[in-house]
Amino acid sequence: MLRISRAPIDPGSFAEASDDGAGASVTFLGTVRAHGDDGRAVAGLAYEAYEPMAVAEFERIAAEARERFGARQVAIVHRVGDVAVGDIAVAVVATAEHRAAAFDACRYAIDEVKRRAPIWKCERYADGKAAWKANSLG
Amino acid sequence: MTVRVLAFARLRELMAAEISLDVGAGSSVGDAWAALMREYPALSDFAETTRIARNGRLVTATEVLSAGDELALLPPVGGG
Repeated sequence: MLRISRAPIDPGSFAEASDDGAGASVTFLGTVRAHGDDGRAVAGLAYEAYEPMAVAEFERIAAEARERFGARQVAIVHRVGDVAVGDIAVAVVATAEHRAAAFDACRYAIDEVKRRAPIWKCERYADGKAAWKANSLG
Repeated sequence: MTVRVLAFARLRELMAAEISLDVGAGSSVGDAWAALMREYPALSDFAETTRIARNGRLVTATEVLSAGDELALLPPVGGG
């Protein structure tokens, strides 16, 4: 499951990311914080994506995570549109035979999604203002 | 010839989500960007940070365009 979602992400919907050969499944859920990095009160986020390129990037990242760490399955789902405080903005699930590979693959996949996927985030503040926020590289 | 230009995030706010751009035959990606900056001068503040994808693949300014290409203007990403 590698996709952009307009609907809320159900973390229970990743059953297909599991299989009988996997002894470990690691899930990362990125959720919307109530304050920005500068401490401003955040009312919610709005995400947009260049969807075909984002999904192609998810496919490359998932393939890399399988090759580098021996992960069996990698699922990546990212929201677009308005996402409220507390809601899930991104979910990454990695499965592997053993936990170390699952942890490593999950960490790699979310880091690369944040670094590479053509997705943008607008912070909407409690005072009605808004600002586009880029991820720090590195 | 005409190419389709998509813009995202701050760049979308400065121009539009999607426009058709007329460029001369043999024009490069850089030529298209220059034409866009003439039409939307506010874009020039973002010349250093904008990456451009042609038909879904990141390209450099020297790449030559074909009619019907889809160019996407990509600001620094903020997913996750």
